[in-house]
Amino acid sequence: MIRRTMSIFGLAALVLVSLGMLFNGSASVAANTPPPATTEVKIDNFSFTPATLEVAAGTTVTWTNRDDIPHTVVSVDDPKAFKSKVMDTDEKFSFTFTKAGTYTYFCSVHPKMTGTVVVK
Amino acid sequence: MGEKPKDEILHDHNNDGVDRRGFLKCMAWAGTGALCVMQGGVLKSYSMSGIKELDAQKMAGELSFVQISDSHMGFNKPANPDVAGTLKAAIDKINGLATPPEFMLHTGDISHLSKPEEFDTVDQILKGASAKDVFYVPGEHDVLNDDGQQYRERYGKGTKGAGWYSFDKKGVHFIGLVNVLNLKAGGLGTLGHEQLEWMEDDVAHLKSSTPIVVFAHIPLWSVYPEWGWGTEDSAQALAYLKKFGSVTVLNGHIHQTMQKIEGNVTFHTAASTSFPQPQPGKADSPGPMKVPADQLRSLLGITDVNYVRGQHALAVVDSTLG
Repeated sequence: MIRRTMSIFGLAALVLVSLGMLFNGSASVAANTPPPATTEVKIDNFSFTPATLEVAAGTTVTWTNRDDIPHTVVSVDDPKAFKSKVMDTDEKFSFTFTKAGTYTYFCSVHPKMTGTVVVK
Repeated sequence: MGEKPKDEILHDHNNDGVDRRGFLKCMAWAGTGALCVMQGGVLKSYSMSGIKELDAQKMAGELSFVQISDSHMGFNKPANPDVAGTLKAAIDKINGLATPPEFMLHTGDISHLSKPEEFDTVDQILKGASAKDVFYVPGEHDVLNDDGQQYRERYGKGTKGAGWYSFDKKGVHFIGLVNVLNLKAGGLGTLGHEQLEWMEDDVAHLKSSTPIVVFAHIPLWSVYPEWGWGTEDSAQALAYLKKFGSVTVLNGHIHQTMQKIEGNVTFHTAASTSFPQPQPGKADSPGPMKVPADQLRSLLGITDVNYVRGQHALAVVDSTLG
């Protein structure tokens, strides 16, 4: 019983550390733990999850298409910061965000699908 | 012979020849195949089972053509691992029609991933059809990665802009539109200013008695915007067609048959030859609908269209592959 309680505390502490990293976007907060090098966005049921993602500058974001239907990931800005080729089932696209800013993107095949990456 | 019209107009509030009951009855039959004919302002509907018995005059008319759609060559997931087989079955169905169609319309998503070999396979299968001429419009799956350049090289010779065009057959004016390019985040299908201007010019010189058939991939009416099943600027296109007595709009994209009649305009979507999609809002997403293998062909199909001079609307008949 005691062991289980401790492990839940341990998990909670881990989550807190991760959240701190996410919102502060700085490695120094995470007490010697390096920031995550990559972050995942999943495509399921014609939607991006998470729909809004916050990352530190320098983070590589990878999108994975888990639908039976091909999708793309295209930023809405002009000129486009990033634009994937079409991704069939289980195919991936990665982009490294070097500059801070808010990047809105969509699937150019199914434009109702939109998402945002906020780079701090 | 002997099949009597099942419906007559009881309440025609919009003065469009359709009452709610008649319309719903046509809708109910659409899934299994129905024929709706406007004759003298009266909507008459027949079940597919009675069609062989119908007066050949009513069915044949001056012009007969077939619409196929969404062959998605290259798709190989469980919803249908053999899209080449079901496309061949569609061609067999077409070759078996009592009135051989003069040509075919393919309303897009010829391929699944815009790969050359996918287009090649479809071209090869369609060569087996009795009707040799095929008129295409692109679906979003045909213009992946290159904004439709390959599509236009293959299918768009002599077309304008992104691949739109018109032609005449036996007094009927056909307009093929492209609404799958330059889509905007959060939006629907788009025709765009240049295409709309072209269309306005294209129909300006036509007599209002000319029957019009408009075909495009994404529906030109608002079927279910939440899933992107509509076209942003279709109202402008339809405004150019207001003067015409008979307008038939044929679309694909939603992989199921649906029909709506609004004034002189009949909207119709064709079944796919590859895989079914859910009814609007009846699933988490519009992704392929997996059904038992023995039911698949009952949800795929072709659309047979007949024009009889002097009738208000073209007769649109859906039939399933199995």
